[in-house]
Amino acid sequence: MKFWEENKRHVYWNPYFGGFMLGLLLIATFYITGRGVGATGGTKSAVVAAVGKVAPKYAERSEYYGKYYDEESNPMKNWLVFETIGILAGAFLSGALSGRARFRVQHPTHITSNKRLMWAGVGGLLFGFGSQFARGCTSGAALSGSAVLSLGGFITMFAIFGTAYMLAYFFRKLWIH
Amino acid sequence: MGPLTYFGEISTEWNYVIAVFIGMAFGYIMEASGFSSSRKLIGVFYGYDFAVIRVFITATLVAIIGLLYMGYFGLIDYSVLFVHPTFVYSAIIGGVIMGFGFITGGFCPGTSLCAVAIGKLDGWVFTGALFLGIMVYSWVFPLLEPWYNLGDMGHIKITEWLGVSEGWFVFGFAVVSIAIFYITALIRRKIKHVRY
Repeated sequence: MKFWEENKRHVYWNPYFGGFMLGLLLIATFYITGRGVGATGGTKSAVVAAVGKVAPKYAERSEYYGKYYDEESNPMKNWLVFETIGILAGAFLSGALSGRARFRVQHPTHITSNKRLMWAGVGGLLFGFGSQFARGCTSGAALSGSAVLSLGGFITMFAIFGTAYMLAYFFRKLWIH
Repeated sequence: MGPLTYFGEISTEWNYVIAVFIGMAFGYIMEASGFSSSRKLIGVFYGYDFAVIRVFITATLVAIIGLLYMGYFGLIDYSVLFVHPTFVYSAIIGGVIMGFGFITGGFCPGTSLCAVAIGKLDGWVFTGALFLGIMVYSWVFPLLEPWYNLGDMGHIKITEWLGVSEGWFVFGFAVVSIAIFYITALIRRKIKHVRY
């Protein structure tokens, strides 16, 4: 039993099967809603809601929040917020069924977990900032955009992966040794 | 005919319920494909694991082809599907910043949510910082707004920009994809295996 669980922890789907399933999901999403999926939209709504709760006057005046915030409607009542809750639930289900759900920091053995956490923070900060500037992240802009042949989707996809490839050499000590 | 919500065949309330289920499928597929692991994701940049590119390209191809066929067969009104708008400068600059975030943080927002769900603390930090990044953006937004709206090309498609038909584009994309799958398999064989 123990051996079986130990082995199962790292058995992931065949990537072509995973990709096929993700493609079908995108088709279903477009068929039902006319739009694709997203991952930063829900996060943004949560930020707007939090700022609106703490400082409603500021949220209304702010050039940025003003676009999404008004006192009448709840910014959390948004398709992407419900979808984001689903992402958390679905990922937990998959991880729990495969014995992968437990608290830990994952990092290469040659760096400390504090270093990994610090860089994860840097990355999250940049990704949050960049996703707002590009009007979507890897899911909303690159994946869902490309699915309906959006030029911007392809540009963002190449910009993300191209930049990461160009920088890979400089950050190699963070990941390999 | 789809999209169902567009033609009023699904009410708003059901749409939210459906959103949860679509999210669940999305999260399940990502986690099962190994996207809750930053080390697996980042393997694509060092040649020891190409899962990201394989999943991503396969999904894009399946979705493009499937949606085009549904359009041809009249199952979906292809012309009303939401096409992500193209603002050239913000798409490139935002993408470059996100590329920086990817190689340093090891996640993108969707995959970090999967990591959060299964208890990866690096995912928690990444997602927490994601909130902060969005807040920081809102503070400097007035300064960036001119850049944000520069190079507006509207809801343009890559086929319109290239001046090729959708069929030929998909064919070319499929050929390139198969070449990428083949080349990455060769590289993967040459690179030292990384255990994680």
